Amino acid sequence: MTETTINTAATAGKTTSGAAMTEQRKSRRSLWRAAVVLIIAACCYEAVARSGYFAPALMPKLSLVAQTLVTMLADGTMIEHSVFTLYRVMFGFLLAVLVGLPLGILMARFAAVEGFFLPLVSALMPIPSFALVPLFMLWFGIGNLTTILIVFYAATFPMMFNTWSGVRSVNPLWLRAAGAMGADENALFWKVIIPGASPFIITGLRQAFLRAWIAVVGAEMIAASDWGLGWVIFDAKEFLNTDVMLAALVVIGGIGFVFEKMVFGSLEKSTIQRWGMSRVAKG
Amino acid sequence: MVPIAIDNVTLEYDTPAGKVTGVKDVSFDIGASEFVCIVGPSGCGKSTLLNVIAGFLAPAAGEIRIDGKTVKGHGMDRGVVFQDFAQLFPWRTALGNVSFGLEMKGIPKAERDRIAREQLRLVKLEKFVDSFPHHLSGGMQQRVAIARALAYDPSVLLMDEPFAALDAMTRDDMQSLLADVWRATRKTVIYVTHNVAEAVYLADRVIVMSAHPGTVQADIKIDLPRPRDPLSVEFVECQKQLMRHLGHKVSGNGVGH
Ligand SMILES: Nc1ncnc2c1ncn2[C@@H]1O[C@H](COP(=O)(O)OP(=O)(O)OP(=O)(O)O)[C@@H](O)[C@H]1O
Ligand SMILES: [Mg+2]
Repeated sequence: MTETTINTAATAGKTTSGAAMTEQRKSRRSLWRAAVVLIIAACCYEAVARSGYFAPALMPKLSLVAQTLVTMLADGTMIEHSVFTLYRVMFGFLLAVLVGLPLGILMARFAAVEGFFLPLVSALMPIPSFALVPLFMLWFGIGNLTTILIVFYAATFPMMFNTWSGVRSVNPLWLRAAGAMGADENALFWKVIIPGASPFIITGLRQAFLRAWIAVVGAEMIAASDWGLGWVIFDAKEFLNTDVMLAALVVIGGIGFVFEKMVFGSLEKSTIQRWGMSRVAKG
Repeated sequence: MVPIAIDNVTLEYDTPAGKVTGVKDVSFDIGASEFVCIVGPSGCGKSTLLNVIAGFLAPAAGEIRIDGKTVKGHGMDRGVVFQDFAQLFPWRTALGNVSFGLEMKGIPKAERDRIAREQLRLVKLEKFVDSFPHHLSGGMQQRVAIARALAYDPSVLLMDEPFAALDAMTRDDMQSLLADVWRATRKTVIYVTHNVAEAVYLADRVIVMSAHPGTVQADIKIDLPRPRDPLSVEFVECQKQLMRHLGHKVSGNGVGH
């Protein structure tokens, strides 16, 4: 009888490690597929650029874009612009997390907080942050403050909203079990509610960063002077430097990709995927 | 280890449609180290009664006394195992789950790990201490839940159909494992089930509850020697007797519905 149990256990262990293998293979395959798609897209671009439909000054060949990119990276200007953009996005994003996370938790735990903030979230969330840039510019001038506030605006609501859903989705059985084991309010919060809500919290971080990244480039186009990737694009337009514009786009896409896949991807892998909770939250 | 007195307990649920009776005037006593099973038709209030004893629900009337003290809210003198596999914390390993209660008690880490390992050994999971719950089968998860409920050494163990969602073969294994664990620890156990064979296999005494609104209908002693043989004539006879109380028709030989 005991042997049966242990046998079942051993088989279970094998199946899961098998599943993990395919998981790894799957992610490698999706990476390959992404690379192939990108290459095809680049080829299409190159074909159009060489067809002469647009003047070469308006649609430079990829080789020229690559050359510009390398030059701008080598002389440090592109890196400096990226640092400015990253500073703004991180500042705004962290501020959004510091505000959105506790507010989301409070909303989920206290009906009064929820009653106050939920209509506010519903009303403000659909307003594109870009639409607020001119107004913020008038209020806060041109420069870091405005761009950071735009980022903050863009990132706070997804953070708040996802945290709120996450805390509400915490299995009541976990709370009961923890309570029966003598957990006080403090322990319940840190050791049950926060990890229990983590699938949604991570989704919130992800969405918030994505929105912040989109917002910062937009805000920099009109509300920043001299520095930032968005400003580079807008400034290059004045001189028809399309190669610079495209080089900046490549950097924007690249940094976004690094955060999405590396930072949040590995955060997910080391937490909710490891715990088998990633199926709970999606979207 | 400690006696429990259930004294005229009534519980009503407040629902939008009005009050719904969960259990009504339930009274019985449980001796120290006794293994009591509660059986009854679905919806009669078994889970409700267990939740009242656990302290998750406050009775509308009557009281529960554990070792003479009236129950107010949940407490560490009771360990609880639920039916749902999802009761384990997915973000903690088997060891982490089992040591949770010890952590709450403020026991230092080394000691915690030692006790948790010992408990996992008791439910034959010593090889899986570092596994996360989603890598364990349903039966293994329930064993972790039992180890977790035992780890901080409560004197009473409350179980609500912990094996109901398992296949028949695994359930048999789990029952004999639980009987072993009970023999080793001598906890006072209250075990809810609607499986008659399970009740006869495990219990010193079976409380039969009537259909909704649940009251105690019969209180049956199971005097079979342990370990019990489910194929013995006495065992089958006990089962039949219990089935009769539950209102099933029982044919001359064998058990039928
Ligand atoms: N949360 C609740 N709100 C309202 N009524 C409830 C609630 N939980 C249970 N009830 C009612 O109380 C009665 C007893 O329910 P309970 O869950 O205790 O039954 P049970 O004996 O455990 O049934 P089962 O064998 O199906 O688990 C039922 O009639 C049910 O409708
Ligand atoms: Mg029940």
